[in-house]
Amino acid sequence: MNNPIAIPAQSCRDAPVLKQRGQREVFCGLTGIIWLHRKMQDAFFLVVGSRTCAHLLQSAAGVMIFAEPRFGTAILEEGDLAGMADAHDELDREVARLLARRPDIKQLFLVGSCPSEVIKLDLARAAERLTIEHAPHVRVLNYSGSGIETTFTQGEDACLASMVPVLPATDARELMLVGALPDVVEDQAVKLLTDMGVGPIRVLPAPRSAAMPGVGDNTVYALLQPFLSDTAAALDRRGARMIPAPFPFGEEGTTAWLRAIADEFGVDAETFERVTAAPRARARKAVAAAAETLSGKSIFFFPDSQLEIPLARFLTRECGMEAIEISAPYIHKGIVGPDMDLIPAGPTISEGQDVDLQLDRARAARPDLTVCGLGLANPLEAEGLSTKWAIELVFTPVHFYEQAGDLAALFARPLRRKAILRPQVAAE
Amino acid sequence: MKLTVWTYEGPPHVGAMRVATAMKGLHYVLHAPQGDTYADLLFTMIERRNHRPPVSYTTFEGRDLGADTAGIFKKTCMDAYERFKPQAMIVGASCTAELIQDDPGGLAETMGIPVPVIALELPSYQRKENFGTDETFYQIVKGLARPMDRTPEVTCNILGPLALGFRHRDDIEEVKALLWEMGIGVNVVAPFGATPMDITTLGQAHFNVAMYPEHCETACRHLERVCGQPFTRTVPIGVGATHDFVAEVAKLAGVEPRTDLSRLRQPWWSASVDSTYLTGKRVFVFGDATHVKAAARIARDEMGFEVVGLGCYNREFARDIRDLAKEFGLTALITDDYLEVEEAIAAAVPEMILGTQMERHIGKRLGIPCAVISAPVHVQDFPARYSPQMGWEGANVIFDTWIHPLVMGLEEHLLHMFRDDFEFHDEAGPSHHGGHAPVAMAEAGGFTPQTPESLPAKMNDAPEATGSDVMVWLADAEKELKKIPFFVRGKARRNTETFAASQGISQISVETLYEAKAHYAR
Repeated sequence: MNNPIAIPAQSCRDAPVLKQRGQREVFCGLTGIIWLHRKMQDAFFLVVGSRTCAHLLQSAAGVMIFAEPRFGTAILEEGDLAGMADAHDELDREVARLLARRPDIKQLFLVGSCPSEVIKLDLARAAERLTIEHAPHVRVLNYSGSGIETTFTQGEDACLASMVPVLPATDARELMLVGALPDVVEDQAVKLLTDMGVGPIRVLPAPRSAAMPGVGDNTVYALLQPFLSDTAAALDRRGARMIPAPFPFGEEGTTAWLRAIADEFGVDAETFERVTAAPRARARKAVAAAAETLSGKSIFFFPDSQLEIPLARFLTRECGMEAIEISAPYIHKGIVGPDMDLIPAGPTISEGQDVDLQLDRARAARPDLTVCGLGLANPLEAEGLSTKWAIELVFTPVHFYEQAGDLAALFARPLRRKAILRPQVAAE
Repeated sequence: MKLTVWTYEGPPHVGAMRVATAMKGLHYVLHAPQGDTYADLLFTMIERRNHRPPVSYTTFEGRDLGADTAGIFKKTCMDAYERFKPQAMIVGASCTAELIQDDPGGLAETMGIPVPVIALELPSYQRKENFGTDETFYQIVKGLARPMDRTPEVTCNILGPLALGFRHRDDIEEVKALLWEMGIGVNVVAPFGATPMDITTLGQAHFNVAMYPEHCETACRHLERVCGQPFTRTVPIGVGATHDFVAEVAKLAGVEPRTDLSRLRQPWWSASVDSTYLTGKRVFVFGDATHVKAAARIARDEMGFEVVGLGCYNREFARDIRDLAKEFGLTALITDDYLEVEEAIAAAVPEMILGTQMERHIGKRLGIPCAVISAPVHVQDFPARYSPQMGWEGANVIFDTWIHPLVMGLEEHLLHMFRDDFEFHDEAGPSHHGGHAPVAMAEAGGFTPQTPESLPAKMNDAPEATGSDVMVWLADAEKELKKIPFFVRGKARRNTETFAASQGISQISVETLYEAKAHYAR
């Protein structure tokens, strides 16, 4: 089709990957519950863990204290650690009590944590048992959001992957979009594809359990988020096939993502152009406004949300930034390879983290903008480095054309703010 | 196993972090899996600290579990020492590491680290954050402080203030001022701003000021035993308590109880006629024990409120709070279950809550104004301005903080007179601040809780919410009740029903309503 994307001769895909291990300044996978419970409106997430897990969810949720949210922690106590049979009985009791109080719940996720895994509490068995006990009203699934197995957004991957085996079977030729996005963004994606004649389109996860998509040999799927590798593998096992593409961040990313799907569904070039021309122009215009601030500035990514590689592609290619280091908690080239292909070799690519060594590198490089977690942001600001909190990228609608400008603006804002504040009133 | 939705306290290792982060020159090596680093953001975001907490996490993974997690701990320990060169280290385990039983204390001992290494045993599955603060500070004091010669002049230590404490930063200044006015010097403030080196000199002081018993009581008892230092039992929050504190300190120091009251405005503010509307306001007090004790006394003796319920979430101080409740003719609510607190508040129908950030949310849902008096903290509890709770200025701050969520004197009359006014209608809420009518719930997050204990229903005017199967409100009485401003309507309904029950009346008429009003007139 038209407008082929320029692929650099030497891309990041082939660059050596710096791997270090040490302290990691990242959330565990439990954090995903914060947005997953909003997306799946009849689901309850029951973490089987410790007071630390409950405290993490509360701290990560920040001000979002509702009457009784659709998540909670079954806190293991001294007695539960003594005997395994007790722990299962206790869990059954807490689940029964919970479901009695919340008749609106149709899906219950038992979420494993570090302590539940270390004591080898078999939540898969518990989920099977509880599914039978509470059938047909409630389906009970389990996944691990523990820090010893998952990093931050990987919790969503584990959750969605746990749903795949129980999705209904179908032979229909359908497109499945995979990933929990804000409704407004999801609707935009569906509309763009529908306007091209692509369909039927189903989304995983659906807002209600009754509307979960089917899967089978004729299902093709496109990932909306770069952290869904286990979900992809589970879908492959059900016979579905992935449409590999760069992720839909920015004008270029969105176009490439849509084009990959359009090609799969045989959409002609003219239709593609007709549907995408106007939003593309809008996206370019909106990005250009923020790119004025970003162009020529250097950026350093600490590993956090797993969005780092696609975002680096967007910021370097569409906003004119220069990447110094791009690091991700883990790099799955089968998923982010198409994005890596588009980033010219040059920046350090790193996987995992030894935070002290990485801070040394960031301090030496003095990037114009550092993308990092909340634990590092204020300390780095105090050292004179501008930062962008990574968690905002997960909580804000940033995908597709209409959000491309917002995405760029998220990165431009800290730089603009620094320029606005008078030096004499800025913090020491 | 206990289902928990929101918690008042974190795990005990977060308490240890609060001690370590408050101090300088101390480093905490925490054996913990990936993800436990979330706790850093409590300090960097909520408290806006401009440095990382001095904590190194071992960050072990699933695949390390069968291998050498002890080796990872030792490497982290050595790297942390080499990089940060602390004066002393504390080592311990988070909840997960506790299960794998690597014994961080024992491991660190064998490593030949050339500074004191203090091992912490914080049982994560039994205890909570406040135990962690108290125990950690005690272990540090026990490990480093020794009996020494007293300073020639009278000095004391100020113990207890921490990182992430409710107004600790400003309370320290107030306590220092009170001491300075009596000519008493400050030897060491700890943990806040102290180094391990400073801790070694604690023994020089003549006595200790225990600012927050939650965080320093065990250390104070230890110093009393080992260094012969008495410690204060009064926490100077409120006018009466501050006077008592001055007297207690004067006695301990052997000096005159001198104090400068020129900055204290609270008594006149409370006595002035505008404050008469505060008389008998029904308040529910909940938080940590120290702040609840102080708040209950201020509410009754210095604001003229009626305390209709009180309790604390830290079980360690349950006995004190039960005794206090008895003094107020109440039964104490000792729980860390947020839903239980919500239920108790809804049942008590107070006009105001003095609570934590959690009760602030309860208040929002129930349409009851709330002033925050205690941790757990929120970014709002770290104001840029000076805003202590202790001492004379603290008394002034508390007066302002507590009355802001309430309607003011004449405003209340206007609300009453023009209650059908388009801007003064019931749903407008009693204030432009915290309190809103119960409709605020839907707005809080776009969903309505589906629990049977959807409490706001009890606060509403629905006839089915009268709380008794046999008691009936006649239509006229129901209509009359609605003429009463909604923020006192719950009380009026309850009083009327209690009165009716005591008189054996099963049908409530307008007559009954006004007889009850006369009966309860004050």
